[in-house]
Amino acid sequence: MTGRQTTLRVWRLPLAIGLVSAGGLLFALLGDGAADALSWAALGVPVALSGWVLWPRGPET
Amino acid sequence: MKTSTLKSWFWVHKWTSLISMIFLLILCVTGLPLIFHEEIDHALGYSGEAPGLPGMERTASIDAMIAHAQARNPGDVMQFVVRDSHEPDAWFIRLGESPNGAITAYDMYDARTGELLNEYPLEQGIMNVVLRLHTDLFAGLPGTLFLGFMGVLLVASIVSGAVLYAPFAARLRFGTVRRDRSARLKWLDMHNAVGIITMVWLLVVGATGVVNALSTPIFAQWQATELAEMTAPYRGLEPVTRTGSVDAAVEAARSAVPEMELSFMAFPGNAFASPHHFVAFMHGRDPLTSRLIEPVLIDARTAEVLEVGSMPWYVSTLMLSQPLHFGDYGGMPLKVIWAVLTAVSIVVLWSGLVLWVKRRDRSFADWLARARASEPTPVSVEGRVA
Repeated sequence: MTGRQTTLRVWRLPLAIGLVSAGGLLFALLGDGAADALSWAALGVPVALSGWVLWPRGPET
Repeated sequence: MKTSTLKSWFWVHKWTSLISMIFLLILCVTGLPLIFHEEIDHALGYSGEAPGLPGMERTASIDAMIAHAQARNPGDVMQFVVRDSHEPDAWFIRLGESPNGAITAYDMYDARTGELLNEYPLEQGIMNVVLRLHTDLFAGLPGTLFLGFMGVLLVASIVSGAVLYAPFAARLRFGTVRRDRSARLKWLDMHNAVGIITMVWLLVVGATGVVNALSTPIFAQWQATELAEMTAPYRGLEPVTRTGSVDAAVEAARSAVPEMELSFMAFPGNAFASPHHFVAFMHGRDPLTSRLIEPVLIDARTAEVLEVGSMPWYVSTLMLSQPLHFGDYGGMPLKVIWAVLTAVSIVVLWSGLVLWVKRRDRSFADWLARARASEPTPVSVEGRVA
């Protein structure tokens, strides 16, 4: 557990994830081939992070 | 943020979520298989496939296909000729009880040989139930608009949830789930972390779902204004009962906009055309323009192109909302990503529901014990606003 963070700091990572997700949603719409691959990689970020959060494990230290 | 402001946002988050919860769960659970409906249709043998016939030109007569389809469905009328860019060697003939009535046939013909390849089994099977639950709850347009409103509540729930995120997460490292405390705390951390991670995706899928739910009023608006204006010079004339050649009409539309492909052509009397016109809807060839359509107005008797129109912003918004809702625009990997994020969204919904149920069951003693706990954790914030 860390000390209380500022709102900006709390939002830094969610904003980055949101921007990457939005890019992923758009890339595949604007292009094919490499643009599709870029889209998969970008939308893979929220997928991977969700897996990391939900993965069953022991208590946090 | 002031506690009273936070409390208002909490109220918005709680009620928009609770009201829409059961419907959002239905939408997620039915949306999951619908991502793969093409593949499932194919596996079930519902959809056909054009055989590989290298070197053969797509010259079979559409007029002959229509005559064949109508002979097999006497009394039914033409609604649309449809082309699927994934099946360029096929034409689809759609018949209905009347020009705007219930669909009675959706037949796939080979564009090279003119052979009937497949009759789509209409309103049958489990995928039809899934589709109806997802799009109108078996209640027609009112059902669709109701689900659209549930989508509006989802958007409000996501926005209010995002506002509540910062005060809740201020003392936690990003993505932390406190598994060593109460079950409730575990659910809360999971709900907050996964909710914020999937926020933009779910916001886009939710908002585009709302736009898709409005497709009937959106097209009705276009029909009542721009289409009515395009066809106005023919108003008052006798409706066309015997059309000119459909092949000639399709060819004329293609020649008028050679850089585009036909998406579908509406027949005289249909709401997408007029009693005197065919309207061919053409799409572009780039990834983006292939999702947008332009109307080509064709005289139904002479098969002559009268006007190449363009679509207003609200129709283009609807057209772009389709891929962004369906996830069908980036191959199979994108569909799999869509499915995983849908499953994660179910976890967000479910954890939110569990939090509400557990809160209701909590006794005063539990509450007091938590309130007296010495360590200031985000729970204290939550206790204050709830």
